[in-house]
Amino acid sequence: METLLQQTLNGLVAGSIYALVALGYTMVYGILGLINFAHGEIVMVGALVALQTILFLSSAVPGLPPLVLLLAGVVVAVPACMALGYLIERIGYRRLRNAPRLAPLITAIGVSFLLQTLAMIIWGREFHVFPQLIDTAPMQPVAGVVVSPMQIFTIVVAFTLMGGLMLLVNKSRLGRAMRATAENHRVAGLMGINANGVIAATFIIGSGLAALAGVLFASNYAIAHYSMGFTPGLKAFTAAVLGGIGNLPGAMVGGLVLGLVESFGAGYIEHLSFGFLNSSYQDIFAFMILGAVLIFRPSGLLGERVADRA
Amino acid sequence: MKANKLFIAPAVACLAASLAAGTVQAKEVVVRIGHAGPLSGPAAAFGKDGENGARLAIEDANAKKLQIGGDTVKFELVSEDDQADPRTATTVAQRLTDAGVKGVVGHVTSGASVPAARIYENAGIPMITPSSTSPKLTQQGYKMTFRVIANDLQQGNALGKYAVEQLKATRIAVIDDRTAYGQGLADAFANAVKAAGGQVVGREFTNDKATDFMAILTKVRAANPDVVFYGGMDAQSGPLTRQMKQLGLTAKFLTGDGGCTGEMIKMAGDALSATTYCTQAGIPLDKMPGGAAFRTEFKQRYGSDIHVYAPYSYDATMALIEAMKVANSVEPAKYQPALKALNAQGVTGPLAFDQSGDIKGGAITVYNFSGGRWAPLQTLQ
Amino acid sequence: MTSTSTTLPRPAGFSLDLRLQQPLLIVLAAAAPLVALAFGASWVRVLDFALLYVLLAIGLNLVVGFAGLLDLGYIAFYAVGAYTWAFLASPHFGIHLPFWIVLPLGAAFAALAGIMLGFPTLRLRGDYLAIVTLGFGEIIRIFMNNLNQPINITNGPQGIDMIDPLTIAGIDLSRNLDLFGMQVPSLVLYYYAFLGAVVLALVLVRRLQISRIGRAWAAIREDELAAKAIGIDTRMMKLLAFALGATFGGVSGGLFAAFQGFVSPESFSLMESIVVLTMIVLGGMGNLAGVVFGAIVLTALPELLRHFAVPLQVALFGKTLLDPEVLRMLLLSLAMILMMLWRPAGLLPARTRYAHREGRKA
Repeated sequence: METLLQQTLNGLVAGSIYALVALGYTMVYGILGLINFAHGEIVMVGALVALQTILFLSSAVPGLPPLVLLLAGVVVAVPACMALGYLIERIGYRRLRNAPRLAPLITAIGVSFLLQTLAMIIWGREFHVFPQLIDTAPMQPVAGVVVSPMQIFTIVVAFTLMGGLMLLVNKSRLGRAMRATAENHRVAGLMGINANGVIAATFIIGSGLAALAGVLFASNYAIAHYSMGFTPGLKAFTAAVLGGIGNLPGAMVGGLVLGLVESFGAGYIEHLSFGFLNSSYQDIFAFMILGAVLIFRPSGLLGERVADRA
Repeated sequence: MKANKLFIAPAVACLAASLAAGTVQAKEVVVRIGHAGPLSGPAAAFGKDGENGARLAIEDANAKKLQIGGDTVKFELVSEDDQADPRTATTVAQRLTDAGVKGVVGHVTSGASVPAARIYENAGIPMITPSSTSPKLTQQGYKMTFRVIANDLQQGNALGKYAVEQLKATRIAVIDDRTAYGQGLADAFANAVKAAGGQVVGREFTNDKATDFMAILTKVRAANPDVVFYGGMDAQSGPLTRQMKQLGLTAKFLTGDGGCTGEMIKMAGDALSATTYCTQAGIPLDKMPGGAAFRTEFKQRYGSDIHVYAPYSYDATMALIEAMKVANSVEPAKYQPALKALNAQGVTGPLAFDQSGDIKGGAITVYNFSGGRWAPLQTLQ
Repeated sequence: MTSTSTTLPRPAGFSLDLRLQQPLLIVLAAAAPLVALAFGASWVRVLDFALLYVLLAIGLNLVVGFAGLLDLGYIAFYAVGAYTWAFLASPHFGIHLPFWIVLPLGAAFAALAGIMLGFPTLRLRGDYLAIVTLGFGEIIRIFMNNLNQPINITNGPQGIDMIDPLTIAGIDLSRNLDLFGMQVPSLVLYYYAFLGAVVLALVLVRRLQISRIGRAWAAIREDELAAKAIGIDTRMMKLLAFALGATFGGVSGGLFAAFQGFVSPESFSLMESIVVLTMIVLGGMGNLAGVVFGAIVLTALPELLRHFAVPLQVALFGKTLLDPEVLRMLLLSLAMILMMLWRPAGLLPARTRYAHREGRKA
């Protein structure tokens, strides 16, 4: 029982990070119908920029409290990633908006590998230690489950951000413009909405969330590395599809479900498969889910939008 | 056009230099020794480490102005990047044979060494790997394949016995990273544990890019082990020990030479304690006749500490040169028997090979974390 | 949009009589290893690998270029072919079958894998298909990496070694051949064997392209709905593209295993799929000449960078700032982006009769 609860907690922590990243995928996909492969790399850039800032500050101004350092890292990383997201859209994708489907997709793959390579040139190939500025030591166990302040922090921050985004999209003017553009950006343009502006805003918001996800990810696992974004990015995309692509609550649910599936999968697959499979298959659950959802329920768990709009 | 000029200038300088040298020392012959390992990609640090070790050995040998076959021999290192990729490794091996090397130090990773060994065998050039520990490498029946480090079986056996007999562990959990190195070591370890009467209570897996080990560690914790063994590299064992601490998993932690590094100390931070153990093949450097000197020399030459494999690649290079000296020839066909029968002293221990080309009776030393560094505890034979 | 640039007339000096072009290419292809040998055997090895990549690129082009289905897990078929060879012609299971059994079997298994992947996924739209195939590639790799337990099938991450070499008509290609007192190096023998496979593939694919099937693929690529409307069984055609494309991957993989003598899962990473994709993007999707060109250029790229970029950097800056591997990654990713932005039809664009609408959307 404690193991089950502990695995649930593990899944929730990983899942809330997936969810934050999945939001970026789902927003872009909802509006442009584009899988922004490079979104995972924004997570990586966010973590590494924050790391750089924290290292710089802690050596320039010794004795700063950890929370201030972390906040400074975020304050630098988020706008940096927002700018990066905007640039990617402006330079890479905008010209291809009306091109055949494969073109923007291949560009996106190219952008993803380009960002990885550039990060490798800037930060090197080694794994960097990301300072754990929020305590990760276990607190008093509750029902046999050990929780650390960092884990609570991760979940709280992720849910707060998701709530904020929901408010933004459902209540604000920008949100309404985004929803209209998602329906049909040509018609939205005719209605006086600046579609280019809205699309740019979508990339900027998504990138900001990804940067925060990067900082949370790196803080949790104490690691930052040039290729840390790719796999979580793919998984987050799976989460977005699982929840119903284009659907914001869907991305959150999808992220959490995926986190739980991975955690339970690693924990219990050996028993479930009578010893044939084991935790070495942890990384394929996401792809299995992706395939299954797309084949059997392309609209996802919460999606109302029909996936095939061709 | 501009580029052409740039190329010509150094070429002319080289030519002039060689002409000048030729008139002074007519009897000097240049002998090329190859080094192959990843100099780019995620494993680049290990390849660079190996290259540094080999270069140091070459410089030391050149300083002695060795006489082989009546000529003064000047060794030259030809270093190639195999990216730790099997396909690239064969191209690199071909390139080294093209370059006319008389011996090869490498490759660094097993996945590269195994396919490359075939090319050296066909070309009749001895290769000595400083770090590929897959037992397969020397089971291919090649005459030209040698290894100066204990293989996975040797290391895993020693570790398994140590865990049961010295650490008095009865319940042992084993995790590996599904690489040729991690899996090979972990499997050998698990077998040795069982043979020594211990119980493997958990067998979990991750990969060499993973950062989140919470799920598998939660499962391991439920099995209540005394010792957690990890077969893999420092980039994972660091975060792994942190997450063990985070989960309140207080079992002893044991890992192989991939985690016995300064990097591991950096990555794991305060999660390390005196119950964190790791092993390295060979005798502790400071206990070796020239060990401490080697460490200082290395630091002086490169301005950085030894990562893991530099001493082994130093020894591998020295083994080649020593065999050439004994045979009084730099030709592979002539010195290969001398290499087979070599009995020399290296910085990591005695250098002698068994029938298959593996190092004889490779010693293995257990370290634990103490006073901010890895402190040698015991040397297993 | 950008397709107009493809119809620009070539400068007169560059135009070669078509009838001259073909024999010239044949002579060039036949002489290449002998010329390369003069520079060192490693260049012949590079050529050998280039031909294997050409075979892969031809296969992937069938799927991406002809039928317009983006497959990001193509390397899985290469892996299936390689492992089939490793299973059936190595001491791993103690089976040593000759190449004329193993190679077709490898191709058949790869085709089967293609159908297995294609059957459920082909009704997915382009970008979904891309990501599902990516997942498929990873799943295959992860299984190869882990199927050494509970029963040892693939020998896990250790890989399978001592694989039998290619032996044709009693000639073991892994040994130098003594031909009337002349030593023909093994690498050159492999080159001609691979060249044979490539030529066969080119002829086959060329015939396919101008057949009903090829035209059906082009129709699907341009407008699936319209293709369906004129009575093309789009599902069947797409499945066929997947299966045939996979076949080439399987053959290439089998040859790779025999040539290398060793297979392990690390040779079949996602990066390899991306590299093959870049080859056809660079050369020109749908155009065979372009695909061959792209494959050769990108296989030789690391070698060229090593020989030219590194000395150039040393000469300019006094040290190597970017090592060849980083440069290669940089060039690959830039190639993908810039080609799509400025020359979506590739460096050697297809002279399509059917694809005149390319780059435009109604």
